[in-house]
Amino acid sequence: MAFSTTTANFTSQPFSFNAPSPTSHVKLLITPTSASPFFGSTRKLRLPSSSIFNLHRRSGTVVGVSQVVKEKKPKSTLNLLITKEEGLELYEDMVLGRAFEDMCAQMYYRGKMFGFVHLYNGQEAVSTGFIKLLKQQDSVVSTYRDHVHALSKGVPARAVMSELFGKTTGCCRGQGGSMHMFSREHNLLGGFAFIGEGIPVATGAAFTSKYKREVLKEADCDHVTLAFFGDGTCNNGQFFECLNMAALWKLPIVFVVENNLWAIGMSHLRATSDPQIYKKGPAFGMPGIHVDGMDVLKVRDVAKEAIARARRGDGPTLVECETYRFRGHSLADPDELRDPAEKARYAARDPIAALKKYIIENNLTSEAELKAIDKKIDEVLEDAVEFADESPLPPRSQLLENVFADPKGFGIGPDGRYRCEDPKFTQGTAHV
Amino acid sequence: MLAIARQRILGQSFQNIRPAVSVLRSYSSAAKQITVREALNSALDEEMSADPKVFLMGEEVGEYQGAYKITKGLLEKYGPERVLDTPITEAGFTGIGVGAAYYGLKPVVEFMTFNFSMQAIDHIINSAAKSNYMSAGQISVPIVFRGPNGAAAGVGAQHSQCYAAWYASCPGLKVLSPYNSEDARGLLKAAIRDPDPVVFLENELLYGESFPVSDEVLDSSFCLPIGKAKIEREGKDVTITAFSKLVGYALKAAEILEKDGIYAEVINLRSIRPLDRSTINASVRKTNRLITVEEGFPQHGVGAEICASVVEESFAYLDAPVERIAGADVPMPYAANLERLAVPQIEDIVRAAKRACYRSVPLAATA
Repeated sequence: MAFSTTTANFTSQPFSFNAPSPTSHVKLLITPTSASPFFGSTRKLRLPSSSIFNLHRRSGTVVGVSQVVKEKKPKSTLNLLITKEEGLELYEDMVLGRAFEDMCAQMYYRGKMFGFVHLYNGQEAVSTGFIKLLKQQDSVVSTYRDHVHALSKGVPARAVMSELFGKTTGCCRGQGGSMHMFSREHNLLGGFAFIGEGIPVATGAAFTSKYKREVLKEADCDHVTLAFFGDGTCNNGQFFECLNMAALWKLPIVFVVENNLWAIGMSHLRATSDPQIYKKGPAFGMPGIHVDGMDVLKVRDVAKEAIARARRGDGPTLVECETYRFRGHSLADPDELRDPAEKARYAARDPIAALKKYIIENNLTSEAELKAIDKKIDEVLEDAVEFADESPLPPRSQLLENVFADPKGFGIGPDGRYRCEDPKFTQGTAHV
Repeated sequence: MLAIARQRILGQSFQNIRPAVSVLRSYSSAAKQITVREALNSALDEEMSADPKVFLMGEEVGEYQGAYKITKGLLEKYGPERVLDTPITEAGFTGIGVGAAYYGLKPVVEFMTFNFSMQAIDHIINSAAKSNYMSAGQISVPIVFRGPNGAAAGVGAQHSQCYAAWYASCPGLKVLSPYNSEDARGLLKAAIRDPDPVVFLENELLYGESFPVSDEVLDSSFCLPIGKAKIEREGKDVTITAFSKLVGYALKAAEILEKDGIYAEVINLRSIRPLDRSTINASVRKTNRLITVEEGFPQHGVGAEICASVVEESFAYLDAPVERIAGADVPMPYAANLERLAVPQIEDIVRAAKRACYRSVPLAATA
């Protein structure tokens, strides 16, 4: 791990290492100026301002992509991309996510929520941008930072809040918790605490979609799966295993990397030999795209194409969303390692503020209507908290329930019914 | 000695047909003999043809016909969409199987040996076993993880561990371990039909052994209950519990003991989780002595759990301390003579039974 990263050498180090194309136009790493350090260590690294960054990133360094990468369009044509209804839907979803997470923090500090709670503030554009394009039957697999994915997918705020409070009315009856949100009805497959664990599960869900279409002959089954995970996960073996298999079998999945640059206190740049995650897609034979994850419209644009690709049967896509979490890794994280200037820079790119500005400037609706949405969300949350507060704790008898789908663990008999339901099934030993 | 000589033959030979292991079993005289390999293959075949949602996944299960030829012929019959040759990515393909099972498909994931399941154990435990509980019953995982478990012949430390105790300690999993062809067929069919994750621990050395099976066993709807042990041989003096290959050893030990007037009751556990405590306890209450036999490491093993269960429930009935026969507490050595010492042998079981019956001086705990 001891490669020399003195400031002078750093420019040419990791980025040109694997890139097949000349990277002279990728001016990502600038020799340090008087700007404060990026991540509190002795290495001085500064990312240039966002728009230039994106333009350079998106214009040339993606290898093996067809028409997916789009140039930054002038505002007038972007106008056509969302209607007023869509704008309001996106706004409401992002505000719900933000307000919900803020309420979680409040409840945690009041002791109503406990354990590990990982909040999503700042990353709402990714969740909203992707999940709002899905159908009910499409699946979402997430990590422990899953509250907002659950909300975007349609799980009621009440159910999620009760689950966090550990009440029996929660979406998993209080048995899952913050990190394990499951909903069969909304096809939210969790909620996994181990990073990288959700990626193979998502690949399996995508596999099922393909299997249903090809083997079980359900001709219209074109369900797509989205797998959300972070930058730290992209160094994990399971990620690469699944990129390989998804591309090999052309599975209808989109791998969405929420690159918020930090894994607890480990900066992505300190942990990764080649920090440009989107480049890992073409290595496995799928397009790799980088998008500004703080802008919901850009995310939605890329998401549309990636999801359509998967639905058509063209296979997987790897989308890297550059985003940021405004809070610490979890509510127990003091968040001391991140540079306040970096936080401020990203706070200025708050996705909700950006969308609001866009909506107002393009006269899609009035400020009053947006405020009405804010108020409505506040009321939804008040109601959710009240509901969760008043809900009962799980009864003691619930402790031993749901371990198996099979009530007594004796399996299924030849007649297709559970053996324990057969009145002739004795407690004696099985003699043949 | 015959049993030890047989260990040398790797389970790839179809010609290795042996007469019935125990003539004491009362099957009909028209009993057919099938090998465990054929039993497993036919069980997979029948379940795949009965339910199109069943599919196989694993390394070399397709074109190579299975690393141990268990899945022979299935690729030709069902096609590459249902018999998937995977890359060498246990964690990845196990997770894919779990994800598919979330949606009601029934994957049968093969591990070339269960030692390789350690690369995928996160998915077996965290995303398969715990999911029904974490989602409060919304998502059940009807998946089967199968493969050879335990020691083979001369394969060294990293290919010889027995994982029964590890998986059996985890709630949410069912752990089955068949011994003969009837067990193999019945339990694998039950496992595939089961709505919960099942770890199916086979044994490589048993694949080539043939056992008599009745017509009922060969019927395609045959399946055995999970969580029920089988009393392979009745006795009155000492109870011997075993699973997988060691049931054969226990039966031979019982024959040897019979000559000395000790009538051993041999219980084939079949199901490690849920453990059939009632059968074991009922037997101990009858015989008052217990020997647990297993191939895995002794500490925190299956025998330890059985012993604790018996002490909790039938303490007053025990006339002698419970004897645990397990593998040696060392990683499996390679040298043939050391390997023989590291795995329980028939003589160990006989000696333990005699000790339990106070017919010989107790020895200090040996490997």
